[in-house]
Amino acid sequence: MMAEGIFIYLAAAIVILSVLVITRSNPVHSMITMLVLFFHIAALYVTLNAEFLAAIQVIVYAGAILVLFLFVVLLLNLKEEMVARRYIGPWPLGVLAALGLLVVIVLSLKSFIPGPSGVFTTEVVRAETNTKVLGQILFTEYLYPFEVVSMILLVAIIGAIVLAKKRLRN
Amino acid sequence: MKILTEMPDVTALMPEIVMTCLALVLLMLDLFIRRKEITALLAIVIAAVVGFFLTGSSGTAFSGMFISDGYSSFFKLIFLVSLVLSVLISIRYIKIESVNFGEYYSLMLFSTLGMMLMASAGDIIVLYLGLELMALSLYVLAGFLRHDTKSNEASLKYFLLGAFASAFLLYGTSMIYGLTGTTNLKAIAHYLAANGVAHNPAVMLSVILFVVAFGFKIAAAPFHMWAPDVYEGAPTSVTAFMSVGPKAAGFAVFGRVFLTAFGGLQVDWAGILIPLAILTMAVGNILAISQTNIKRMLAYSSIAHAGYALIGLIAGGGNGVASMMNYLFIYAFMNIGAFGVVIMLRTEGFKGEEITDYEGLAKSHPLAAALMLVFMFSLTGIPPTAGFVGKFYLFMAAVAEGYTWLALVAVIFSAISAYFYLRIVMYMYMKEPKAEVALSTSAPHGIALAVATCAVLLIGVLPSGIIELARAAVAGF
Amino acid sequence: MPSAFLPEEYLPIVIFMMIVIAFGLGTLAAGIIFRPKRPYREKLVPYESGNPPVGEPRYRFSVKFYIIAMLFVIFDVEAVFLYPWAIVFDKIGLFALVEMLLFIAVLVVGYVYAWKKEAFRWD
Repeated sequence: MMAEGIFIYLAAAIVILSVLVITRSNPVHSMITMLVLFFHIAALYVTLNAEFLAAIQVIVYAGAILVLFLFVVLLLNLKEEMVARRYIGPWPLGVLAALGLLVVIVLSLKSFIPGPSGVFTTEVVRAETNTKVLGQILFTEYLYPFEVVSMILLVAIIGAIVLAKKRLRN
Repeated sequence: MKILTEMPDVTALMPEIVMTCLALVLLMLDLFIRRKEITALLAIVIAAVVGFFLTGSSGTAFSGMFISDGYSSFFKLIFLVSLVLSVLISIRYIKIESVNFGEYYSLMLFSTLGMMLMASAGDIIVLYLGLELMALSLYVLAGFLRHDTKSNEASLKYFLLGAFASAFLLYGTSMIYGLTGTTNLKAIAHYLAANGVAHNPAVMLSVILFVVAFGFKIAAAPFHMWAPDVYEGAPTSVTAFMSVGPKAAGFAVFGRVFLTAFGGLQVDWAGILIPLAILTMAVGNILAISQTNIKRMLAYSSIAHAGYALIGLIAGGGNGVASMMNYLFIYAFMNIGAFGVVIMLRTEGFKGEEITDYEGLAKSHPLAAALMLVFMFSLTGIPPTAGFVGKFYLFMAAVAEGYTWLALVAVIFSAISAYFYLRIVMYMYMKEPKAEVALSTSAPHGIALAVATCAVLLIGVLPSGIIELARAAVAGF
Repeated sequence: MPSAFLPEEYLPIVIFMMIVIAFGLGTLAAGIIFRPKRPYREKLVPYESGNPPVGEPRYRFSVKFYIIAMLFVIFDVEAVFLYPWAIVFDKIGLFALVEMLLFIAVLVVGYVYAWKKEAFRWD
């Protein structure tokens, strides 16, 4: 009962905060709302027994990525941004599409049957701790995806420099 | 608990490993290379080396996460061909646009690597990572003209909609993972068949979400909105590259996921894909008519071609998939060829992107006009060009599987497409030149166009080789 | 849900956060209730050592900040992978070392690239 209550609070807060993030006209207000949003997502991970992800959510998202966002916001001309025309004219259409998708998802989830849970049940993860279990899986079974991630990060480095470096030369 | 302590067998992965290492070496070497033509040349050498390793690779690695079979090898061949042709037509062009940086070639290699990982993905996680590696490189390439606002806009639009599509892919993955407890494509198919949940509405939801995600990547209507703006804004050489490689990669994962994981549900997903294919052909062919910018026109044409290729997937079976692969292979040559001619019109101080710029091209530059004629005929599907062969096998496969009416619809749309393709030909041959149009030519560019033209004409005359190769590739699927 | 999981060891953190929120709101509320209110126009003018304010308080940052922040995020994400690796290192051993070295080697290439492109130089 308690767990459901916490989930409902977190889920509702995440949805409301997300809407707030995209509807604020001042980007700095959006950023602050997003910070609160990230903390709620971290709390959601905690209730899902994924403490490592919760910590990462706080360190990487609330820490690093939000700072990046703030820098980008400061790159903008805030005064112009706040009065600029927003390209969200047909938003009722978007809401309609989203509601349609919601109905489809709710209807199909009614008959959802969870699959087999495998070796890592809630109890095992609790006993071993989330980080340890994640490490065991990531560096053995999922070693190939792990190495691919390094390539994606490399492309991100190149991309950031190519797109934003003032004088790109050797 | 299974703890892996010895080196896994990576022989099947050799082309990708070679590609990764050489691409990294090139990125480092480029820091010391002054003449970027050398970087381009090295990129082509890398593609050739990878192609050499491709011939010997087969089998699986990492407990089925990586699959190297005929199907993946054929698609990798398409990627490498489009990479080499795109590099060849870029060398002069990026100099004219004054963005002659070595990163351009490195990003193309990384993007191709992402496509190769996608074609070989046996697990949705790997598929997703390959897709991101490909897409991230392309977002940067689309915005490579850093001081051009259209290019910036293209990059941003592509990124936002690409991220949106990724979200759909991940949501579909989470749905299927919750149902089956695995992300391995073969294991999903096995679980769905063994436990009788194949017709669970949640599976269908997951199928729909995958269709949306892959539909974005292949630019199928109604998920095509990004294509015209991105194709127009991106550097033309990048447009050529991304209208072929990533589209083929999208089809590769489309086929892999839907025929492996959802193989038992073919009737259901074919029912979703048929209206999608018809809408795609309609949107692409009808909206292309009113375009005045040739890059936008070719963007709508590329949407339409995604619709044709979808027919092969809908027909399914060895023949349908083989005809789809055959079509994508042919499409690589004819589309990059067409963009190659478009690039030639770009000179210092002249954009050459308007359709009216082609007026009287046959008088001033007969050879360029003749090449454009061949590619336009091929895109329309007029014999004896390769485009006809590709469409012929596609429609035959559809008819053989009982989709005669769908083939007929496609033929009607092909007839409509003749209007805007042949309008270019008409402009070139029947109008008087308005202004003096100069061409920017170079030896690599000439080689690329010669190869593309020869391929289009050769496959058009002797079609059996490629379709046999595609059929053999599908046999081991 | 088959097994609802309640992380009761996080209860102190929840209580702590509630105290923080209550304290923050409480002090603000106390201020509003107890402080004397005598508003006049000059109080709203920004204070710049007695001079009349010149120009805008906000100015646009240089794009250089963006590159630095972006590179920081990327290497931050790289470091994130080291945590679970360090924990299971004793179990997997040499194998884990090799794969992490491969992972880092790729990013070292990126680091060298960024270095040579002078992404870390300010001017």
